[in-house]
Amino acid sequence: MVNITLDGNHIEVPAGTTIYESAKQVHIDIPALCYMDLKDLNIRNRPGGCRICVVEVEGRRNLAPSCSTAVEEGMVVKTNSVRVINARRTVMELILSDHPKDCLTCAKSGQCDLQQMAIRLGIRDIPGQEYAEMSTYRLDTSPSIIRELDKCIMCRRCETMCNDFQTVGALHAINRGFYAVVAPAFEMNLEHSPCTYCGQCVAVCPTGALTEVDHTGKVIAALNDPAKTVVVQTAPAVRAALGEEFGMKPGTLVTGKMVTALRHLGFNYVFDTDFAADLTIMEEGTEFLGRLTRFLDGDTEVQMPILTSCCPGWVNFFEHHFPELKDIPSTARSPQQMFGSVAKSYFAEKIGVERKDMVVVSIMPCLAKKYECQREEFMVDGVPDVDISISTRELAHLIKQANLDLVEMTDGDFDLPLGESTGAGVIFGTTGGVIEAATRTAYEIYTGKTLEKIDFEQLRGMDGLRSATVDFGGQEIRIGIAHGLGNARKLLEEIKSGKSQYHAIEIMACPGGCIGGGGQPLHHGDASILQARAKAIYEEDRNKKIRKSHENPFIQQLYADYLGEPFSEKAHALLHTHYFDRRKRVFQI
Amino acid sequence: MNEMSEDQVKSIPRKKQIRIALRNCGVIDPERIEEYIEKDGYFSLGRILTELSPEETIRIVKESGLRGRGGAGFPTGLKWEFALKNKSDQKYVVCNADEGDPGAFMDRSILEGDPHSVLEAMAICGYAIGADTGYIYIRAEYPLAIERLKTAITQAREYGFLGKAIFGTKFNFDIFLKYGAGAFVCGEETALIHSMEGRRGEPSLKPPFPAESGYLGKPTNVNNVETFANIPVIFQKGPEWFRGIGTDKSKGTKVFALAGKVNNVGLIEVPMGTTIREVIFEIGGGIREGKKFKAVQTGGPSGGCLTEKHLDTPIDYENLIACGSMMGSGGMIVMDEDDCMVSVARFFLDFTVEESCGKCAPCRIGNKRLYELLDRICKGKGEMEDLDRLKNLSIVIKDTSLCGLGQSSPNPVLSTMDNFYDEYISHVVDKKCPSGVCRDLLEYFIVEENCVGCTACARACPVGAISGERKEPHVINPEICIKCGACMEKCKFDAVILR
Repeated sequence: MVNITLDGNHIEVPAGTTIYESAKQVHIDIPALCYMDLKDLNIRNRPGGCRICVVEVEGRRNLAPSCSTAVEEGMVVKTNSVRVINARRTVMELILSDHPKDCLTCAKSGQCDLQQMAIRLGIRDIPGQEYAEMSTYRLDTSPSIIRELDKCIMCRRCETMCNDFQTVGALHAINRGFYAVVAPAFEMNLEHSPCTYCGQCVAVCPTGALTEVDHTGKVIAALNDPAKTVVVQTAPAVRAALGEEFGMKPGTLVTGKMVTALRHLGFNYVFDTDFAADLTIMEEGTEFLGRLTRFLDGDTEVQMPILTSCCPGWVNFFEHHFPELKDIPSTARSPQQMFGSVAKSYFAEKIGVERKDMVVVSIMPCLAKKYECQREEFMVDGVPDVDISISTRELAHLIKQANLDLVEMTDGDFDLPLGESTGAGVIFGTTGGVIEAATRTAYEIYTGKTLEKIDFEQLRGMDGLRSATVDFGGQEIRIGIAHGLGNARKLLEEIKSGKSQYHAIEIMACPGGCIGGGGQPLHHGDASILQARAKAIYEEDRNKKIRKSHENPFIQQLYADYLGEPFSEKAHALLHTHYFDRRKRVFQI
Repeated sequence: MNEMSEDQVKSIPRKKQIRIALRNCGVIDPERIEEYIEKDGYFSLGRILTELSPEETIRIVKESGLRGRGGAGFPTGLKWEFALKNKSDQKYVVCNADEGDPGAFMDRSILEGDPHSVLEAMAICGYAIGADTGYIYIRAEYPLAIERLKTAITQAREYGFLGKAIFGTKFNFDIFLKYGAGAFVCGEETALIHSMEGRRGEPSLKPPFPAESGYLGKPTNVNNVETFANIPVIFQKGPEWFRGIGTDKSKGTKVFALAGKVNNVGLIEVPMGTTIREVIFEIGGGIREGKKFKAVQTGGPSGGCLTEKHLDTPIDYENLIACGSMMGSGGMIVMDEDDCMVSVARFFLDFTVEESCGKCAPCRIGNKRLYELLDRICKGKGEMEDLDRLKNLSIVIKDTSLCGLGQSSPNPVLSTMDNFYDEYISHVVDKKCPSGVCRDLLEYFIVEENCVGCTACARACPVGAISGERKEPHVINPEICIKCGACMEKCKFDAVILR
């Protein structure tokens, strides 16, 4: 332990603690801008670049960045001396002098960490603004993410997410000095880079430099077109986070309120992606059992392990970075796309609406979904199965624009048939959920027995890489789970080198799975929010009457009436896909 | 001023100079290892490997009092000791040859003129800290130095001074080159290491220091070329000899690149403690064309400008810092009465703006704003409050920047403001540049005594700003004058001047 004096408080902290963390012990909150520490997820960004968190350390020549200066015995620290306050304000004025002043119309307004810091430090004037040059950079729009780098403050959080956590390597600091920004190599546009659109850069960007492509206008237009039947699907993770946008406590479930709000917004049918998640389990589970049986029978041709394929960020990742493994993931489409193709075939026929007159909107915690629904293989005659994908944040904007008070809304129920789902579909929203849902169904089909205990606690948790064993009636099934593409990379390297011990692997691109998706309400560096959302997801699962996908009566009906059986020819056409080698794209500028 | 032949090196008066780092430059053929050996080269390495332990080797370096010649002046022996104490399966020795100060070329001269002294020193360092691999990070703009280093490394390997079982001992050491792309900030050791690793050349926070976690995360000792060049001699002549040269806290000599308005420009090597006056007026031969000395900028682009009152200051690390400048890597630019100190500050800021890596906000944006303020002042748009801003910004940038670049880049501003505040006031209040450098602040003026009243200027003036009777002295109305210079061109009597 080390003794220090901080603003007159004598405190004892473990050696190696930073001044910034030590200050929290005495409820002193040192302002910081670039610093981000997502505890439990092992994600930390502290380049020491913003210099807002500087403090005065007695005996030290210059000010010390508190986020990255470890305490030393007898250290005397001042966090609010005149020297510190002047330096902090001056640095903040400098940062603002190179930042656009369009806060009123900025996509990040109200959620901007820079704006909050300006308020907190009471900046009222930016001296010399009238003759200060601003660094500028071209606008870059991709299917999912907009880069408006005039607003970049070089906090490097996006770089940390993209490189250290995701190991995607799409974003790096380029250029020197005043013109330094974060961009893909050779200043390519994001679209031509190996970007997976996971959106984790957007999730941590403190300013409006990185935002999602906003499709709310398209949704409003569709809702106002009387010729269109507008169908909406909502992903499982949305209900566990949407409330935060309306001031509700993280982890508050707002499923019923959300359904009511969507109905008020004018959607003709309010459905649930969870239904499609159950459908995914039927297809993916069947594929898994098929491969497993062949494998156990000694078939050396069969590819093991099987990898989940419901996360579009993850699909983009292996297409860009591991195209040689593209035959290993399940061919099952993601729930969003399964929903889209079922809605525009089975359901459209059922209600007698022509495909061209139906608009499918998805509400997703994800930005990669915006790209996924525009993939050519998910279109019929150039018309996509899912027309518009919007994020949880965009839905919140829509609800607010429609003058709806989500908090006070009464609970509504999803429409049938595509709104019925099981607990297994719900847990798709968190890491380990897909594989748990698959296990519940695969176990019963494989063993022919009913599960005694539905909860597979060994598959849950927040560790980036997890492994567990499930007993399938004497047959040991080894399961690997990764969230975060950097963790996924480790499992993929094992597979490549032939050392993988798993039968099945679940991969989610985002920290915590979809609950931590790039389209979710911003966590502002607080990882406990993700934990709360995960808890809510499992709570929803427990509250469900049916908790196994194959027991969903409307799924059973869909197979009986339309698809035949899992993996049938029709199911293949509507619910499966294939993958592409996209590695070469990196070099085609 | 970058180019200097070996003849030029020799032509500078040797009086007051002692050559240690430059001892062999221009004396031996750098492409022949035999000539280096003739000068007792590699004898130190041989003796150390066969007679001394790493600890004893470091003790001698510590005893010599040698401090880093790259600028910060950290005790070299201590640095080696840190690297020795950090246990690791792999350690590295890095020679920092990313010489980037404008006008400085002492490292280049050593590498071109005496490459073996650096190789020998690196091997000694490798033995002392327990490293078997050395890298020389050299800027790609030094092709001759690179060629000579390659030749020297090949020869040293042939002679068994590099490679396996050197001098028949168990010590293995080899040296490789890494090329820098010419970024000034890569002279900062953490940035240099990042660049070596193929990453963006920008500094990172210390700790961890390279001695703990450097190249590829392994303990690494980084020293500047000139520092290394001193090492073999220290072992040849003993630490007492080296300690006998210099001042109380700064031992040995320092190489300076003397440039600017002095009669003798070029590299000089003087004992620490030599006064600035001795350097400029004795070795440098005084100010060119008999003009008046005004200031000397030491320490490269982020050093400070020292004045008349500092001339008798003995040069060492502490004294220069106390005067508001620094040793830096040894740039020394002399200025005379014709130099405008505001422009000088602007010139150096232009350099640091260009060379900032952009990682931390105060350096990235602050230096740019300093430059803009100075530019305004030079253009006559400055206001008194700009001077307050200039000062505050400079202090905050120094106080908050991440690495040495930003922590020192405002020095030219602060030192010129401290020593030449009246020049700033002239620019801001009187809108005049006393040295006649800032064009926007100059006016065309007719010297009464020289004017014969020929009216040529008045007829040439496109805006009718010149008035006067025939055969009487004429006058330019500055309110109307557009500073086109037509009058000056027409005048045959040198009556029109810029002031």
